[in-house]
Amino acid sequence: MTFAAGRELGKANLDVFSETLLSLAIENRNVLAVTSDSRGSGKLMPFAANLPDRLIEVGIAEQNLVGVAAGLASTGKIVYAVSPASFLSARALEQIKNDVCYSDRPVKLIGISAGVSYGALGSTHHATHDLAALRAIQNISIVAPADNFETAEAIQAAAQMASPVYIRFGKRPMYHLHGPQAEFVIGKSMIVREGTDVTFIATGETVYHALMAAEAMEADGLSCRVISMHTVKPLDIEAVLLAASETRAIVTVEEHSICGGLGEACAGVLMQAGLSVPFKIVGLPDEYTVTGSQVEIFEHYGISAEGLARTARELLSQ
Amino acid sequence: MDRKVMTDRELYRRSIEYRIRLLRYIRMANAGHTGGSLSCVDILNVLYNRILNVTPENFSDPHRDRYVQSKGHSVEALYVVLADKGFFPESELETLCRYESHYVGHPTRKINGIEQNTGALGHGLAFSVGVALSAKMDGAAYKVYTLLGDGELAEGSNWESMLTAAHYNLDNLTAIIDRNNLQITGRTEDVCSLEPLADKFEAFGWSVRTIDGHDITAITDVLSAVPFNVGKPGMVIANTVKGKGISFMENDHKWHHGVPDDEQYDQAQRELDALLAEQES
Repeated sequence: MTFAAGRELGKANLDVFSETLLSLAIENRNVLAVTSDSRGSGKLMPFAANLPDRLIEVGIAEQNLVGVAAGLASTGKIVYAVSPASFLSARALEQIKNDVCYSDRPVKLIGISAGVSYGALGSTHHATHDLAALRAIQNISIVAPADNFETAEAIQAAAQMASPVYIRFGKRPMYHLHGPQAEFVIGKSMIVREGTDVTFIATGETVYHALMAAEAMEADGLSCRVISMHTVKPLDIEAVLLAASETRAIVTVEEHSICGGLGEACAGVLMQAGLSVPFKIVGLPDEYTVTGSQVEIFEHYGISAEGLARTARELLSQ
Repeated sequence: MDRKVMTDRELYRRSIEYRIRLLRYIRMANAGHTGGSLSCVDILNVLYNRILNVTPENFSDPHRDRYVQSKGHSVEALYVVLADKGFFPESELETLCRYESHYVGHPTRKINGIEQNTGALGHGLAFSVGVALSAKMDGAAYKVYTLLGDGELAEGSNWESMLTAAHYNLDNLTAIIDRNNLQITGRTEDVCSLEPLADKFEAFGWSVRTIDGHDITAITDVLSAVPFNVGKPGMVIANTVKGKGISFMENDHKWHHGVPDDEQYDQAQRELDALLAEQES
């Protein structure tokens, strides 16, 4: 499968996060990074080297990480709490719920190596629950950027936010998905490709697989819309409703359990609006994943150009 | 701290009044954490009347001291002390735990004077570490105080935060343990042993003081001596009595969140009135 002309492979979103945070911190002395022995996996070594006093290390202690971050934020610091998404969103869930969200402390929770980024390290290290767990918590925005542009924008936007935000991404290089006119706003999805037959509503690192599926289907004369639903909460409801009214079927795609994530959020919107279109949630099934790299796991569960095109064709034939 | 503004004798009287009031509102709400509020109210009395530079006027000043109540369930003690200090009219406590009241059964920032939402245990210390770290980074002089229950110490998050506080030499942070030896199930030493507690805190790099948590003079002296050691966070083990001041509630874990019936309430009032009369004579 060749990628469409004009799309170039960029950096890992993780690298973009690290560069963006460092430049934010150089501009504003209130910006801090808090880590739980995660400066290496968070690519924060340049931050530590340049601004050693602005990186707070708490050791392998995620509950402490989030509580300390909330305390720092309460004094006006702009705090990025950086930890693997799996541990941040499960081990420290009560701290996120109470110390950050309920107490309205605008901590920026950065879930690195999200989804199945850790691949063959296995399910202890996979974050396939985080969107569902955090969706049920009040007063938090949940963002899964798809490419370098979305990542840089999300990290910058977070600095300005007066309420809590969780941003999750992986560590593999991502293709650039957007042109120079693109505009990123938290809570507002981005149309990566227009289409009329089927809509892929995808989030995070699955978006480019949806785009590849759309380009493959074009050869069959099928027109596919691809939406980067980078903000899972608050969901861009209007974009979901338009997809149902303007295209014939919807496939949601996420690097997350099919339980409680983007797909079920979209299904809820459609059901309550009384809209019924052929609809399929593609994600990780309710089981511990097969062993493999991120890409192998994606392919195994149909989060690939071939898998998504097959799913879309099946829906259209219903 | 200025002892001349309010004498020890006046503070003792105030402690009894706080006990009368917190029991009144627990009785009205038919809910509350009676035993633990009675065990920590003398500590709150000294903090708010002698130690903290926290007032309704300066509550948004970034240089105010901070008090974080990690044992959030004893909120009734905090509410009556904050009302007394003028953070809100005491009459609002008549709505405690009522439908649509802001006065929830655990602290929330919706109430003027409360720093952080607490109630789930093992959260206040990490938050306080964050605030104290910020003060150190900024070279600010304010101090951070947090009150923990002893049963709460089984939460592992506390010990994570103790490591961090010692690592960063947070001598602007003082934690106070309301050591009443009881938790909801029974004696702390029967549920999951904590002792030797002082040794554990020392081993974690804290400077430890042990006091009688109902002795106004002792509480004042120890909290006036912060930091106990330059470069070390301070830990005060305040030995207290759960249910302190009401004979039939003292040292009985059933009063953890017990609410007195009419007869018990009348007896409690009589006992506290007698203590007041004793103070006046």
